[in-house]
Order: sequence, then structure tokens, then C-alpha cells
Amino acid sequence: MTTPKIKLKDVHKGFGDKVVLDGVDLEVAPGESLVIIGGSGSGKSVTLKCILGLLTPDSGQIEVDGEPIVGIGRAERERINSKFGMLFQGAALFDSLPVWENVAFGLIQGERMDRAQAKEIALEKLAAVGLEADVGELWPAELSGGMQKRVGLARAIATEPEIIFFDEPTTGLDPIMGDIINDLIVKCVRELGATALSITHDMASARKISDHIAMLYKGKIIWIGKTEEIDSSGEPHVDQFIHGRAEGPIQMELRRL
Amino acid sequence: MNPFQPVGKAVLGFLEATGKLALFTFMAVSHCVRPPFYYRLLLRQMIDIGYYSLPVVGMTTLFAGMALGLQTYAGFSRFSAEDAIAKVVALGITRELGPVLAGLMVAGRIGAAMAAELGTMRVTEQIDALDTLSTNPFKYLIAPRIIAGLTMLPLLVFVGDIIGIFGGYIVSVYKLGFNPGVYISQTFKVLEFIDVFSGLVKAGVFGFIVTLMGCYNGYNSQGGAQGVGAATTNAVVSASILILIFNYVITELFLTA
Repeated sequence: MTTPKIKLKDVHKGFGDKVVLDGVDLEVAPGESLVIIGGSGSGKSVTLKCILGLLTPDSGQIEVDGEPIVGIGRAERERINSKFGMLFQGAALFDSLPVWENVAFGLIQGERMDRAQAKEIALEKLAAVGLEADVGELWPAELSGGMQKRVGLARAIATEPEIIFFDEPTTGLDPIMGDIINDLIVKCVRELGATALSITHDMASARKISDHIAMLYKGKIIWIGKTEEIDSSGEPHVDQFIHGRAEGPIQMELRRL
Repeated sequence: MNPFQPVGKAVLGFLEATGKLALFTFMAVSHCVRPPFYYRLLLRQMIDIGYYSLPVVGMTTLFAGMALGLQTYAGFSRFSAEDAIAKVVALGITRELGPVLAGLMVAGRIGAAMAAELGTMRVTEQIDALDTLSTNPFKYLIAPRIIAGLTMLPLLVFVGDIIGIFGGYIVSVYKLGFNPGVYISQTFKVLEFIDVFSGLVKAGVFGFIVTLMGCYNGYNSQGGAQGVGAATTNAVVSASILILIFNYVITELFLTA
């Protein structure tokens, strides 16, 4: 059996006395595209941030290519992170830099590439997400939400990472632009042969970009399986979620006392 | 409820904040002295702090010097010591008013801008994005700002000293009818190296304080627009208070030394 690209073993994380992750176990095989679904506050973002090293789990271990990464030093972390690409929910483009420099950022800063050469690659990546070269000279604030997402995607794939993370890639976009982004994600991940881990609550997006789906509920993975099996999961929480029903075992905690 | 509980909570909160700031300061300083350095970003910050603050600092010290000249005349003419004006202005500006006023003005201009910029970067996940692109935010964002503050404020204050003394000269010569040559020669006669030097040491410390508080509050801001607003206020208020406290401490050190 091959080493999983990403492996989470019994990961716990809480803030104050609020438990967010309550023993998450998860494996993502090389080349697989896994989507984690779950309601707001179910711990999806925290899971992602723990893998990226932006948060440190309270207990448990996370492995990337078999290497444990919880508690490693800054230099090791940078080496691991160089395998990663990340598309943030709000794109998180650097608004002090023009679009092309945003895309080329990982190449110039991370890989110390020459600026002219990095710009050439940046424009190639922009073309790959359907943006013309002159968009490269604009500033992030001048772009629409959908275009910012595309630039964010171009930035995530610019360093040709082995693993790409997508945080709610379609949230805040109209359905057509959402589907365009989904198509681009599928295309980019396939072309790079990368492993993808996404979090979303948009089922249309989840079905399109994944080959496996895991559902996170109350800090635990309650179901994981192939995308085409999700309709016959036999798990009432999953059924309620994918059909978007207000009634069911998942009770939204509207008010905590 | 236990009446000591709020007291204990306040003490613990204060200790926690102090520890956090101390840790942040240590991290910031250690990244200021270790490569890689981002010269392009450092240059941009130096221009922003040094060059673009010049009009504000120049105006402040000019009018402070003029007012100081008038006030000294109002006071010292009561016991016929008018010829001390040049000396009082020169010492007052270089030792005290130049660095303090420049520090406070830069706290308002630069400290606030830094807190707002880094705070916005924090809440829009741009700082997280830096991390995922294998770029250390302490090196990329914080070190250039602190080095620029530390080096540029003494230069600003040196120019401010000259303008402030010139302010006193204008009032004395054109309003109070002093002899220009005597005024200038008295200024140079009274000024010693330590007067200017102690003012420049203050300026360096204030530059460090302003940029550190701006970066600390911005980097740790949370909770959207309101959080960024609070970070900006905290940056300016804490920098201003620390400037006045350290001003006293440094003055005392130079007097006893």
C-alpha cells in the first residue's frame, strides 16, 4: 500500500472550552481529490488550517508524505508548505501587488526565481485560468469576485504544487461562475496530477470536483466514501445535508447558552 | 461571586498580554537581524516613513520652535535674561521637543497606517496566504517596517531639529528684533554633541516603538472591520504612551550617565 499524501490521526483542537475537532481521522491518497463537507462551524476550516500549520492541534498527529508535521520548526514548515498550493475563500490576493506579481509570488519569494522568468510563468498560469495577459497589470481591487478567484487559483497552481487546498471555492459566486471555477479546478488538478483537498458546503461543487467525499460533523468524520456512493450512504446526517433539509438529526445550534 | 475574581482576571489578562508582546518583540527583532532580507520592501518603508513624514514633522517642529522662542521670551524677559532664548530653543528642541513631537506625529501617521494595513491583511487571510506561499510574515511584513522605523526616525528628527531651531530663529530675529549673527553663534556655542545625540537615541527608540506597536496590533487583529479599527486605535494610543514613558527613562539615563 502506498503512503497516503495526507494523514490525520486523532486530531483534537479546541478554543477555550469549545471543542472544534474531536478526534479527526482522515487519509488522502496520492492523486485523489477529497472534499470535506459539513455545516458552518463543523470544523472544516480548522482542519485545513491545522494541515497548513496556521493552527497547531491540541493533540494527535498529521502526516504529509509520511512525515509528521505537528510541532516542526519554521524551516521544516516552509519546506513542507512548498509542496502546497492554497485557494483561499476570499482569494486573499495581496492588494499591494499587481495581479501578475500575486501569481508569481511563490516563484519569486519561495523559489527565488528571476522576476522576468516568473512573470512569464505567471502569465501562462493566468491564461490557464482563462485570463488575458493585460489582466496581469491590474490591481486585485479592480477585479470582480469571480476574477479574483481565478487569480487565486492561478497563484495556487503557479509553483506546481503536489497538494492543492481549496477553501469554499464557489462561495460568493453566481452559479455559472461557480461552475466555471469547478471546471478549472478539475482541469488544473488533473493537469498537475496533484492531490486535492477541498472544503465546501456547496454540494454541486463537491460532486463535481471530488472523487471521494468525507462529512465532518461535531468535530468528527462521520462518513467517508466514493462520490457516487454519497446518495446511498445510509447515514441520516449525510442524507439530510446533501438534500439540504431543515428537519433531521442535525440540529442547527442557533443559540448557545 | 468571589470579589477577587475580577482582580485576578485582570492581572492574568495583563500578564498574558505582556508575555505575548514580549514574545512578538523577540521574534520581530530576531528576524530583523537574520537573512533573507527584503531590500525592495525595506526601501519602500524607508521612503514612506522617512521621506513622506518630512512635511508633517517639519511643520510640527517649525511651529514648536517658534512657540518655544516666544514663550521663552515671555518668561525670561521678566528677569532680563532674553539672550538665553537661543540656548533654550536649541536645547529644548534637540533634547526634548524634536524627538517627542516627531515620535508622536509618526505614531499617528505611520503606526496607524501599519496597524490598519496589517490588520486588513490579517482579516482577509493575506497573512495566512503568505505562510502558505512559504514566506515568513515576520520577515516579509514586520522586519522591513521595524528596521525602517529604527533608522529613519533619527534622520527625520535630525532634520526636524534644524527646522525647529530655525523656527526659534525666525521669531527671535523677525519678531523680537534679535541680532541674527548672535543668535546663531549662541546656538552653536551651547549645543554639545550629547544634546543632539541623546535626542537621536530617543528618536531611534521611538521609531522602534511606533513600528512595533503598529505591527503587533495589526498582526494580531481579529474580527473584521471593527477589529481593524480597534487595532489602529490601540497602536496609536499604546505607542504614544510608551513614547512618553521611554522619553522620561532615556532623559534620566542621559542625565545620570
